[in-house]
Amino acid sequence: MFLTFITFLPFLGALCLVFMRKENASAIKQTALAFAVADFLLSLLLWTNFDNTTEKMQFGLNVSWIEAWGINYHIGLDGISLLLYVMTTFLTMICVIASWDVKKHIREYMIAMLALSTGMLGVFIALDLFMFYVFWEFQLVPMYIIVGVWGGPRRIYASIKFFLFTAVGSLLMLVAILWIYFHIQQTTGVATADILYITDHLDVSLDASKWLWMAFFLAFAIKVPMFPFHTWLPDAHVEAPTAGSVILAGVLLKMGTYGFLRFNLPFFPQASFEFVPMVAWLSIIGIIYGALVAMVQEDLKKLVAYSSVSHLGFIMLGIFALNPYGIQGALIQNINHGISTSALFLLVGIVYDRRHTRLISEFGGLAKIMPKYTVCFMIVALSSIGLPGMNGFVGEFLVLLGIFQVNGLWAACATSGVILAACYILWMFQRVMFLELKNPKNMDMKDMNTREMITIAPLIILIFWIGLYPNTFMKTFDASVNHLVSKVNPDNFRPHQEKHKDSHGEHAQLITPTEMASLNQKLQMPKKF
Amino acid sequence: MEPILAPESIDLIALAPVLVLSIFAMLILVLDLWGGRNKSLLVFTSLVGLLMTAISAFAKYPIPAYSFNDSYVVDHLSLFFICIFTISSALAILLSVEYNEREGIRAGEYYALILFCTVGMILLASSTDMIMIFLGIEIVSICLYVLAGIRRNDHRSNEAALKYFLLGAFATGFLLYGMTLVYGSTGSTNLFKIAEFVKNPSAQSNPLLMMGLVLLVIGFGFKVASVPFHMWAPDVYQGAPTPVTAFMAVGPKAAAFAAFFRVFADTFPEMSSSWEMLLSIIAVLSMFVGNLGAIMQTNIKRMLAFSSISHAGYILMAVIAKNSLGSSSLLFYMLSYAFMTFGVFGIVIILGRKGEENLEIKNYSGLAYKHPVIALSMTIFLLSLGGLPPFAGFVAKFYLFSAAIQEGLLTLVIIAVLNSAISFYYYLKVVVFMYMKEPEAEFKISLTPITLFVVFIGVVGTINLGIFPNSIITLASH
Repeated sequence: MFLTFITFLPFLGALCLVFMRKENASAIKQTALAFAVADFLLSLLLWTNFDNTTEKMQFGLNVSWIEAWGINYHIGLDGISLLLYVMTTFLTMICVIASWDVKKHIREYMIAMLALSTGMLGVFIALDLFMFYVFWEFQLVPMYIIVGVWGGPRRIYASIKFFLFTAVGSLLMLVAILWIYFHIQQTTGVATADILYITDHLDVSLDASKWLWMAFFLAFAIKVPMFPFHTWLPDAHVEAPTAGSVILAGVLLKMGTYGFLRFNLPFFPQASFEFVPMVAWLSIIGIIYGALVAMVQEDLKKLVAYSSVSHLGFIMLGIFALNPYGIQGALIQNINHGISTSALFLLVGIVYDRRHTRLISEFGGLAKIMPKYTVCFMIVALSSIGLPGMNGFVGEFLVLLGIFQVNGLWAACATSGVILAACYILWMFQRVMFLELKNPKNMDMKDMNTREMITIAPLIILIFWIGLYPNTFMKTFDASVNHLVSKVNPDNFRPHQEKHKDSHGEHAQLITPTEMASLNQKLQMPKKF
Repeated sequence: MEPILAPESIDLIALAPVLVLSIFAMLILVLDLWGGRNKSLLVFTSLVGLLMTAISAFAKYPIPAYSFNDSYVVDHLSLFFICIFTISSALAILLSVEYNEREGIRAGEYYALILFCTVGMILLASSTDMIMIFLGIEIVSICLYVLAGIRRNDHRSNEAALKYFLLGAFATGFLLYGMTLVYGSTGSTNLFKIAEFVKNPSAQSNPLLMMGLVLLVIGFGFKVASVPFHMWAPDVYQGAPTPVTAFMAVGPKAAAFAAFFRVFADTFPEMSSSWEMLLSIIAVLSMFVGNLGAIMQTNIKRMLAFSSISHAGYILMAVIAKNSLGSSSLLFYMLSYAFMTFGVFGIVIILGRKGEENLEIKNYSGLAYKHPVIALSMTIFLLSLGGLPPFAGFVAKFYLFSAAIQEGLLTLVIIAVLNSAISFYYYLKVVVFMYMKEPEAEFKISLTPITLFVVFIGVVGTINLGIFPNSIITLASH
């Protein structure tokens, strides 16, 4: 019940706002903030009550919803979804603060923001395919409205593109869901769309599971977005208002990676294994292509958007390493990307608010007039590159470690992405912050104000926290990852290696606490100098 | 030879809804003589009549009960459809009250016609004999011809009526010819006897029967406005008075689908190999033509006409699926479609004023910031029509697609979901105008209470069926 309450609390807030008078802007903002903060604090309570030692679903609730179809309102959190859930409430709160200066239709804006929050939270807790799909589609509408109403000049094009891309992918997933629903009914005699039940009982031929895998893959790959399906992302990011970009990068993209971990891997372990090379190469192309395209962007936001494509490639690569390092890395990188990229978008938004342009060529020498801003930007930029001691390093290191065990060439190719990231981020940083302060319009730009500091500061704290002591976060999903890996381990599907399974496989699968501790030590080393 | 009318087979209780409604319709014709310009008495009487009809539908128990030599049946399908018809006719009448006053439609027979039309729909949905089906279709059609042209001084209304009449008469001809051929090759007009007859494999390959089926498809295809028999729909939808348009889009269509289902899915399931492909092609064409056509439209009524063509395509999947899920999903779909459609047309009416109907989509620019509740309701209806959760349209589509998947019609379902994606484009176009554009001129909309009430019912129905569909699904799936 508690989880339901937290999930629907933002929606409740949105309903409250409906009844408030439009003219009373400050009261509207305060109410929205109150709901967002309350929601975040309550979700922290979930985290403290979370049992790290089990992969089982926690805070569960399972009541009948559509009895005639065997569809339940089944919710719960496990290690894979907990951090994403908390991050959603956290970023919603940040976004409400970051949108304090929105002038146009503030009430409708906050309503959309809070409704969006409930939609996203619902995606992460749903344990019934029907319910998952409902939330998955529902959150499209507020996001569409946010991009379309409060966005930039090409907002209508961008918002419709965003909506249609996602809709096409998810509708094919709907067909797969229906197919699974009837298949389960035929094979086990139980009419259910329960995710846990399906995970345990789904038994389909490899051919069929490949098709189903593809249907799910398309929905999630568009959302992530992976390389050939990424074209909606730069448009949506560039046109979205700052908070919209933050939510988009911070949470919406994570719904795609979450989908892979919740559906593709556990439902179709063998098909996932068969598709590893395809996914890996698409991810690598995404990593390198995203980085190269980011390098030549003239628009700051577009640069960050393409860097997202590159970073999400890492996450995908980590997931499809199908071993503990890779998946742990992917999960922590999910959070890292949510923090770093959100912070980058917030920072870009800050200069955009002042100058109403995001062109790199318009800036230069900002370090001289905006020192606080420059420092914040530098920290965030370095974390995005993956400098040791900051969050990006932990995730990328684990992902590369994981993928190296699978294929050295892939790891080598992916590593080049890290180098390219340094190129585009540092080059951009140099052109914006250093050089001479030539443009007269920039002369009287103000440094960050308190409100802007409040939005950035928590993110910077998290950057260092994850970078220095990732264990706080990593330990939440240990059990879940190990359970997942035991299901999808490639060794299960390699008949010719069966003899070596005991001697070799066991060791490679499970990450022992001592190993983990030594790894953490390694990660903390650089900062201790 | 056995007697054609065995006395015990005339069961007036089974026929109660038809009788009650006919009596009320005639009562309205009489009352109109005294009422003068004030039509509220007629409205009240017709609403009472519809309520009584709905109640009397449950008079016959246990079901299924047959009457008139097995040519009329009270079964689950017809009971549920009677409920849909009475709800949709009541909503249509409520929508008409203020619209008719505004547009100067003073004919008292308007309400009688809607009731007579509903009588036809009930007959159509309850008939198990082709003669009865033909009678039902004729009653419905003739009432609709008159209703479409009831604005006698309006060119478009006249055009709509004439077009509908000419094409409709033509299609009825096809239908009748098809029935004749089926009768000729099976020796009966009774659907049960035909079903019995075609169980024999040698009967199935009779070319006359095939020909009859094709002609029946043409006839029904016209009534449900499926491609390629859809040409009339945009013009008629645009020209007819808006409440009549809403009425046509729901009730008669549902009735035609009920008969469609009874004739094809119930009577000729053994011959499905010969009509399944034909109907699939019609369904796919309807989806594509409807959705792609709707993208081009600038007039909201025309856009909704094309959208209803595409919905006919989706619903045809229920007939093609021909299983029990098919019939129950058909029921659920028509009920949710009724709420969404009346809601949308209610808002179309609200947006208009005397003399200027504001039917262009660009008239909706910036509506969200002048009348947020109206715009939000419109958004809910449109997204629900597109099939977005958590609204009724999504559950309905989910139901329909699951019926088709159960029969293994995977390709058809994939085409249908892709079409849903296309349909989002034009539904969202209206949302774009309402939320993302600045108002072009000041809104002078007519916020009249009864029309608003219909919109409210639409919203409640759409959301309720979307979030708590269980009870209705249970009712529909018996």
